[in-house]
Amino acid sequence: MLITDTIDVGPVPQAWTRRHLLGLEELSAEEITLILDKAMIFKQAISEGKRKIPLLPGKTCVNLFFENSTRTKTSFSLAARRLGADTVDFSSSTSSLSKGETFIDTAKNIEAMGIDVVIMRHRTPGTPKLLAQNIDVPVINAGDGPHEHPTQGLLDIMTIRERRGTVEGLTVALVGDIAHSRTARSNIWGLKKLGAHVIVCGPSTLVSPRWAEIDVEYSYSLDDVLPRVDVLNLLRIQFERQFSRPFPSVREYAHLYAMNRERLAKTKDDILIMAPGPINRGVEVTPDVADGAHSAILEQVTNGVAVRMAVLWLLVGPRNM
Amino acid sequence: MSNILIQNGRVIDPSQQMDRVTNLLIADGRIAAYDAEPNGQDTTIDASGKIVSPGLIDMHVHLREPGSEEDETVETGTAAALAGGFTSIACAPNTDPPIDSQGTVEFIQGQAARADNCNVFVIACVSKNREGKELAEIGQLVEAGAVAFTDDGDPISSPELMRRAFEYCLMFDKPVLNHAEIRELTERGVMHEGLTSLILGLPAMPVAAEDVMVSRDIALAEATGGRYHLMHVSTGNSVDAVRRAKRRGVRVTTEVCPHHFTLTDESLRSFDSNFKMNPPLRGAGHVKGCIDGLIDGTIDAIVTDHAPHAKEKKMQELDRAPFGIVGLETSLGLVVTKLIEPGHLDWSDALARMTCNPARILHLEKGTLQIGADADVTIIDPTVRWTVDPGRFRSKSTNTPFAGWELTGRAEVVIVGGRIKFDRR
Repeated sequence: MLITDTIDVGPVPQAWTRRHLLGLEELSAEEITLILDKAMIFKQAISEGKRKIPLLPGKTCVNLFFENSTRTKTSFSLAARRLGADTVDFSSSTSSLSKGETFIDTAKNIEAMGIDVVIMRHRTPGTPKLLAQNIDVPVINAGDGPHEHPTQGLLDIMTIRERRGTVEGLTVALVGDIAHSRTARSNIWGLKKLGAHVIVCGPSTLVSPRWAEIDVEYSYSLDDVLPRVDVLNLLRIQFERQFSRPFPSVREYAHLYAMNRERLAKTKDDILIMAPGPINRGVEVTPDVADGAHSAILEQVTNGVAVRMAVLWLLVGPRNM
Repeated sequence: MSNILIQNGRVIDPSQQMDRVTNLLIADGRIAAYDAEPNGQDTTIDASGKIVSPGLIDMHVHLREPGSEEDETVETGTAAALAGGFTSIACAPNTDPPIDSQGTVEFIQGQAARADNCNVFVIACVSKNREGKELAEIGQLVEAGAVAFTDDGDPISSPELMRRAFEYCLMFDKPVLNHAEIRELTERGVMHEGLTSLILGLPAMPVAAEDVMVSRDIALAEATGGRYHLMHVSTGNSVDAVRRAKRRGVRVTTEVCPHHFTLTDESLRSFDSNFKMNPPLRGAGHVKGCIDGLIDGTIDAIVTDHAPHAKEKKMQELDRAPFGIVGLETSLGLVVTKLIEPGHLDWSDALARMTCNPARILHLEKGTLQIGADADVTIIDPTVRWTVDPGRFRSKSTNTPFAGWELTGRAEVVIVGGRIKFDRR
């Protein structure tokens, strides 16, 4: 038996005017807060056992993934289905796209089948923006190379806000492969807009001093920053995006940057530890810390579904005309 | 061939330090007389308010034929050149097959003769099959008419090959042109390394990739006495390296493209592949470095690096799209709008970079309006305002970042060898 519940969220607010969600850089603090507020409503409903909230009946969401993904795609699919929408998957690694067919051709073909929103992941920065310029339905960026991954940034910020009540005034350290991390970039924009102080920390080959030009603190020493951070977000080393090895060995990386029990002892008592996953256990974080009391890693995953429901609803949901 | 009398134009010929209003007579395909009076027999062109320049020369053009005729052909490329005011172009050898034999040189010359648009001079490969391994048959290529040597499209990565090229070309007094890029430093790069690439997460090409090879090539030119021409300089550091080398008497020349004194890497925020070229668009400091190099004479020539790509190739994801933009039909307007109007260069200094200087580098008997010279003449409307519309390009390709730009200055009449080959009036 299908359990259907309704919740009263009203029409999509007038304040929301975006057609696409391409990144957090372009959003205002008010828009980010609006998404997070709506996500909290959806999270509450889910936690009350409401598994089907049919706010998007008859809508069709396409997962257009040119790069492998399991968690993000599943999370988006679940979010769409909980809202009563249908989902279709189109997955294609670059190599299998037939020669001569561009991703825009592929997208236009899928658009012609009659769909309502495209959720796109691609290895190349900017591709969702090019897609948005070429088709007539909303586009959600589910990760474009190392550029942005807005729903990941939103779910990270939602987790911080939920745990700490506010983001403003907190010091948040993003640790690891900043150079290749879209999660880092979306977090940087979102956190800064909401008033947090952001530190990027990692080996000097992966952390550019140029971050200081946009008021992001950079550090090469995790041990130095640990005592003054409120939140640690441990980013995965993106071996697949690195052209030349930026550090001598995984062992040396773990020695300098792995979040372990000894390092945990140097932090504030109420430190919040997050990781956007999938984590390399023992590299970015040791299992005892990942599974410990300070960790919010699984909560991030839960919040991911709620954030994606909010984004889908804002982009595709009913509006008062 | 009828005589042509160009009346009342402001003749600016940097090769003779000439800048005066006069009547210029063309007879039998040659510059015949100044201050000539109409005799009733001649074709007359009223050039009042116009600038009469030696025919413009672009020494860095990719015509794509043979091999990529979907992008450009000798015929369409030379038609675009005429529309841009160019009476002579030199074409690069990164075709398929590459221009590394007498046969391919003669094929280009034949296609140019059949097109009968502007003059085409052939730059041939430094290395066999443009592989960067062993020298091409440079002596025979010179006999076929090659005016210079390069592996452009790719750098001459091997320092040993570069040294040999300098030494061997000395015999023929030909310059070696190099695209300066240490490939190990630019692997996968699509744009300039800077704050913008950091924010966009795009793989980037550091300034040092150009500067290191420029320094190497200057050292090799200095050691061998060879003639080095640095192609499309894009960094302030490389401009300065050339400046210092020239002071020491090293035989080095260089060129710059309009996009490198016009645009910065921030343009890539659009993710539009029409801003993807190699060398990449740099930061504002490097743009200023290029302009300073033009002002003080370090930079000898302005070239387009005209690099047509068919839409289906260029309109792809940024990492897949090929490097390069078309330039022949926007170059003069950008020079006027971005160098002359802001007061960086006067008309004579600007035209020198597009006429006698490239002629001197390639040893062409062109780029001058001296009596007896080939009658290659460009009549420029220096004040006309116009909007760049790629739909009207003569080029087969439309990959330009300047679509919709308002520019000042445009070629109005283009005369090649005494014949009017282009007339916008």
